[in-house]
Amino acid sequence: MKVSRRDVLKGLAAAGVAAAAGGVAARERRAPPAGAVGMLYDATLCIGCRACVTKCKEANSLPWDRSQDGLYDQPIDLSGTNKNIIRVAAAGERTSFIKAQCMHCVDPACTSVCMIGALHKEASTGIVAYDKDGCVGCRYCEVACAFNIPKFTWDRALPQIVKCELCRHRADPRRGGIFAVAHPACCEVCPRAAVVYGTRADLLAEAKRRLAEAPERYEPRVYGEEDGGGTQVLYLSARGVPFERLGLPELGRDAVPALSESIQHGIYYGMAAPALLFGAALIAIARRRGPEDGEG
Amino acid sequence: MAELEALGVSRRDFLKVCTLAAGAIGLPAWAGEKMADKAAAGAKPSVIWLHWQECTGCTESLLRTSAPGVAELILSLISLDYLETLMAPAGQQAEEVLAAAMERGRGKYVLVVEGAIPMKTLQGERVTRASDAHTAAYCRVGGKTALETTIEAAKGAAAIVAIGSCASWGGIPSADPNPTGAVGTQEALRSVGIDRTVVTLPGCPANPYNLLGTVLQFATFGTLPALDDLGRPKFAYARTIHEDCPRRPHFDAGRFVQKFGDEGHRAGYCLYKLGCKGPATHASCSLNPFVEVPGAWPIGIGHPCFGCTEQKLAFRVPLHDTVEVERPTAPGTYPPLVARRGAISPVATGLAGVAVGVLAGAGYMATRKLDRRHGGHEEGEP
Repeated sequence: MKVSRRDVLKGLAAAGVAAAAGGVAARERRAPPAGAVGMLYDATLCIGCRACVTKCKEANSLPWDRSQDGLYDQPIDLSGTNKNIIRVAAAGERTSFIKAQCMHCVDPACTSVCMIGALHKEASTGIVAYDKDGCVGCRYCEVACAFNIPKFTWDRALPQIVKCELCRHRADPRRGGIFAVAHPACCEVCPRAAVVYGTRADLLAEAKRRLAEAPERYEPRVYGEEDGGGTQVLYLSARGVPFERLGLPELGRDAVPALSESIQHGIYYGMAAPALLFGAALIAIARRRGPEDGEG
Repeated sequence: MAELEALGVSRRDFLKVCTLAAGAIGLPAWAGEKMADKAAAGAKPSVIWLHWQECTGCTESLLRTSAPGVAELILSLISLDYLETLMAPAGQQAEEVLAAAMERGRGKYVLVVEGAIPMKTLQGERVTRASDAHTAAYCRVGGKTALETTIEAAKGAAAIVAIGSCASWGGIPSADPNPTGAVGTQEALRSVGIDRTVVTLPGCPANPYNLLGTVLQFATFGTLPALDDLGRPKFAYARTIHEDCPRRPHFDAGRFVQKFGDEGHRAGYCLYKLGCKGPATHASCSLNPFVEVPGAWPIGIGHPCFGCTEQKLAFRVPLHDTVEVERPTAPGTYPPLVARRGAISPVATGLAGVAVGVLAGAGYMATRKLDRRHGGHEEGEP
C-alpha cells in the first residue's frame, strides 16, 4: 500500500480535530460536590479589624511576616507566611475591606495544572487541598490561579506551596456536620460574622436572602456563584462598590480549565493523536530509507 | 473657704479638686487655681437643677464622687439653690424656693436640666407652641408641666446645661414606643420656638466632672466650652471611646473575647465581638474615670460599652449587637489591592539586552574563528 506524506498529514489533522471535538463535548461545566463547604464574606459587615488574619496565623502556625522592612507583620500581599489578608479599597467616601484567601473554585485551575495532584480538590467537600509530599515545586498553580492565591516559601531550603485549605486540619469528627470536615479559624473569630462558614448551598441561599432583604445595601449579585465556573467562597459587596473595585477579577461564567483542558485533553484523547503521529513518523522514516535499503 | 475648713477640707484639697475639674475640660492648672480663688471669694455660681423624667442617677453620681469630702467640695464650688433631691423643703415651700431662686438670679444662674421632657398631650399630639405648654399630659410638678417650668427657667438662665442622656436626647424615657413623647432639653425648647444654646452632657449617668468643669468655666471666665454640632463639649465628647480605649491594642492585634468568661475575656481582650459600642460612642470614659474610680466603667469591668451617650445606640441597638467603626484604623496599614513590589526599569532591561546581544555576537564570532582555524588545519593535512 502506497501512503503519501500528504495522506498521512491529512489523516493526522482529521484525527486531531475529531479528538479535540470529542474532548470539548466531554468537558462539561462542573457542579460543586454535594457536600461542598465554603465561606461567605460580606464586605458591608467587615470592619477591617484583622482578627481573621491573626487567628489564621495562629491556627496554621505561620511565622510573622518580614516582607516589609521595619514593619512587624504587615504583609502587602498573600505570601508564604500569609494565607489570609484583609485588603482595603477606597470606595468613594467610604472604605471597603476585602478578605483575600483561596476561593476554593468549583473547577480550579491550580488542580488542573498540577501534574502530580499535590493540589487536588477533595471529592466530598470540594476543598482545594495541598499535599506537600507530592509537590515538585513547579509553581504552575501560582501562574494558573486567576485570583493569585497560591504562594511559595521562597526563603526555605525545602519550600512548599502555601494557601488556605479552609482549616481542614482543624476539623473535629466528633462535632459532626460541617465541622467534621473543616473549621476555618477566620470564621470562628470574626467579631461581626462578616465571614461565615457553611455548606456552599446554605451560604448561597443566605447571600440571596440578604440581597432580597436589603437590595439597597448590596451590589445586586453574589460573586462566586457563577464567576470563573463558580467558587466555594462567596462575596457580597456594598452598593456602589463593584467587585472589580475590590480587586476581584471579571472571569466570565466559564472556568479556565474548561477551555484549557478541552484543548489539552482533546489532543491526547485516547492517545490517538500521539499514536498516529508516531505511526506517521515511522512510515516516513521507513519510506525515506527506501525499499532497496531494506533489501540490501 | 472658712466653711470648707470647718468641714475638714484643706485649701490644698480644694485646689486639687478645682485643678481636676479644670483638667477635665482641657484647661491648664492655673485655671483651676483661678476657679478655686473665685469660689473661695464667694463668687459661686447659682445653679437651679430641675428633675424631669429620669432616675436621679446623674445627681447620685455627682454626690458619690469617691474621694472623701468631694461631694461637699462640689457643693461648695457651686451654690446649688434648687435641687429637689437634696433640699429640705417640700411642696409649697419648695415651689417658693424655685421662684425665689429664679427671681434673685435672673439672667445670671445656670440652669441644669436632668431628665427628659414629655411633649405629648392627652390626645397623643405633640406640643409645638410655648403657649400650649400646659397641655402636656405627663410629669406635672406643683401643677405645672415639665415643659412649662423648663421654658420659664430657661428664659432667665445665663447658661443651660442638660445633664445625662435623658436631658440630652431623651434617654430611656424616649425608647420605643416613647409613650410620653419624651425629648431632650434642646429639642423641647426648639420645638416651642426657643433657640438657646444647651450644653448637653449625655451619659447614663454623665460623668460629674463634665458638669463641674462646664459650670466652673462659665462661672470663672463667663464662657462655655467649645461644643460639637450636638451641643456636646468637645473636651469630653470629641473622641470615641474606641480611640482611647485601654483595650485598643487588642483590637488592633485582632484579639477578641469570643464569649463571656473565656480565656480572652480573662486576659482582657477587646470586647467588640460581645457588642461593644465603643467604636461609635463619643465620651471620655476611657480618659476620665467615672467618679474618680479607675476602671469603674463598663469596659473596665469587662463588659462591652453600652453606648449610653449616643442617641442612635443606647436603648435602641440591642446590647450585644456590634456597630460600625466610625473612624477605622488608618487605611495605610492595610495591604493594597494590588501589591506593588520593586520593578525593573525599561532602561535596565534594554541595557541587559544589549549586553546579552554583545556577548552572544562575540561568542558567535569566536566560534567562527575557531571553526575557520580548525577547518584550515584540516585542509592543511594531506
